[in-house]
Amino acid sequence: MKIHEYQARELLADAGVPVPASSVVENVDQAVQAYDKIGGMVVVKAQVFAGGRGKAGFVKLCNTADEVKTAAEFMFNNRMISNQTGPEGVEAKKLLVAKAVDIESEYYMAVVLDRTKRCPVVMVSREGGVEIEVVADENPDAIVKQWLDPHLGLMGFQVTKLVAALGLTEKDQIKAAGKVLRGLVKVFYQYDCALAEINPLIRTPEGEILAIDAKMNFDDNAVFRHKRLQEMFDPSEENPKELRAQEHNLTYIDLDGNIGCLVNGAGLAMGTMDLIKLHGGEPANFLDVGGSVTKEGAIEAFRIILDDPEVTGVLVNIFGGIAKCDTIAEALIAAANEIGFKVPVVVRLEGTNVERARELLKEANIDQLIPADDLTDAAKKVCAKVA
Amino acid sequence: MSILVNSETRIICQGITGKAGAFHTAQCLEYGTQMVGGVTPGKAGTRSEHDLPIFNNCHDAFAATGADVSMVFVPPPFAADAAMEAADAGAALVVLITEGIPTLDMVKARKFLDDKGTKLIGPNCPGVITPGECKIGIMPGYIHKPREEGQKAVGIISRSGTLTYEAVWQCTSRGISQSTCVGIGGDPVKGLNYIELLEMFEADDETDGIVMIGEIGGTDEEHAAHYIERHVSKPVVAFIAGQTAPPGKRMGHAGAIISGGEGTAASKIEALQSAGVVVSTSPADIGEEMFKLLESGVTIAN
Repeated sequence: MKIHEYQARELLADAGVPVPASSVVENVDQAVQAYDKIGGMVVVKAQVFAGGRGKAGFVKLCNTADEVKTAAEFMFNNRMISNQTGPEGVEAKKLLVAKAVDIESEYYMAVVLDRTKRCPVVMVSREGGVEIEVVADENPDAIVKQWLDPHLGLMGFQVTKLVAALGLTEKDQIKAAGKVLRGLVKVFYQYDCALAEINPLIRTPEGEILAIDAKMNFDDNAVFRHKRLQEMFDPSEENPKELRAQEHNLTYIDLDGNIGCLVNGAGLAMGTMDLIKLHGGEPANFLDVGGSVTKEGAIEAFRIILDDPEVTGVLVNIFGGIAKCDTIAEALIAAANEIGFKVPVVVRLEGTNVERARELLKEANIDQLIPADDLTDAAKKVCAKVA
Repeated sequence: MSILVNSETRIICQGITGKAGAFHTAQCLEYGTQMVGGVTPGKAGTRSEHDLPIFNNCHDAFAATGADVSMVFVPPPFAADAAMEAADAGAALVVLITEGIPTLDMVKARKFLDDKGTKLIGPNCPGVITPGECKIGIMPGYIHKPREEGQKAVGIISRSGTLTYEAVWQCTSRGISQSTCVGIGGDPVKGLNYIELLEMFEADDETDGIVMIGEIGGTDEEHAAHYIERHVSKPVVAFIAGQTAPPGKRMGHAGAIISGGEGTAASKIEALQSAGVVVSTSPADIGEEMFKLLESGVTIAN
């Protein structure tokens, strides 16, 4: 799960990380009022998940109330289109109006899970304000890391080491950076983050240390225990089909191709996409119906796939283990009766109760349903049908 | 021989009175697994629907039954704690089936189990099976083929459930039996991983080849490739799922995500190939590739 920049700033501020004065606004009037309160130079930033805001004109420096009004009108009245949004763009429902500060130096600070070492790792760099992947590529020595002991967490000497790597010399600045680091680690643990990043962390000419921009991702498996995160969830930033699938305990991910996939198991679902590609087709989606799929769940899965106007063929690939093939066959028949198949549906079933399933499908004699002998046969048939 | 579990292994189920725990305990018993008891706090002294004794905690269950392995079907919020309880009671092996455990819970649990010397399989996995002897988990038993005298057998290591069944079935259909199949799970932080299991299979007399099923996310397959290059002589066939997966999207499994340019299928396939592993381009050809390798008698030249 992701949250907006303004929400990440809230979480950081609550953990004692200093951020510039700001307001979140939902219309142009509020934006102007926010400016009147903050004054001087401000930055107006559209609150959307997609990157590329600056280039698209959705981050603007403003010196007067009129400039804020113009910027806010533009951001509320236009959809933001960047290389991360697709041609239809995204709508900004909220803007952040924040005090603009002079920047002397930019730093990077993040906590992320290290899968290989199986613990969180804190990373800092003197090269802030750019993407960390770029720094890691071009100048890996510029990133200093400390791994957090699973039971002890962040230790004092680690804070000292990490802050020293930023090259600060003034005592109160070193202390301030240490406070930011502790706050960031606190947020990481407190909210089960997958990533908590401040980029850039800055030093003003006056020596003030401030977090300017923050990004946070959360462990989806842990959101259940964080009411505050649940309240921050913004469904308008999610793919509606993916949300609809979630409500039915299905995992669906939208892709660009034209062959719809209905599979049980995440690994097999990915494998099925690969197989389609291998035989010259393009998968329209990833869809894992899970191990304990019900008839209703399977019908909904068909609805979601067939609602996609791009889909010109469907591949059903089920390896029945705990989920039995005859249950899937019954669901297939019910789905065919309820919604009707207007495109060819190639079905490959294997595993528990497969004989019974094949009989059921044969008896039902469903229009557009094409049985396949094995995995390769299924892929070839569906690719040939949509070609 | 086999690895990790065999006909002597005695197992309890934590969460035996829950729907999934009860169902799969029954399935394991039917397969011939020595399920000898269960744990549900507050229900000590009663018996399960399978007529197995129920205990309040793992200490009591292990002491009374002589088991030293636990199969865990506890809901996600409490599952990591259940694994730690089993380790604290002296479990040699914990098989954690539960999907959806918070990652930071697993960070702590894995460290605790390591400190106690307890092996962990999972979480978010189908479990482990030594065909014909012992099935711990949710995999359908009948697709597996027990080793018979004079036949070739493979060991299987996989991050996926149904894709493992697919590979097992392809092997079984071609007369290749399995020594042991281990589903290591689809989460980013887990127990036994490729390298530990490759080491066990390499040392196992009755394993003639190894099937490795990986997927996008993390760098475990790359590490495994590096290990194979130096330490594995038996033939290895691999399949990596997610060659067509878009970056930044979690593909069903919590651990299956390409992020920061790391975890792509291409990187894994390249590493495995350069280590001498045969990487099947299609999930439908895993069994066939293994069949050809075993027939030809090729080993990895190290």
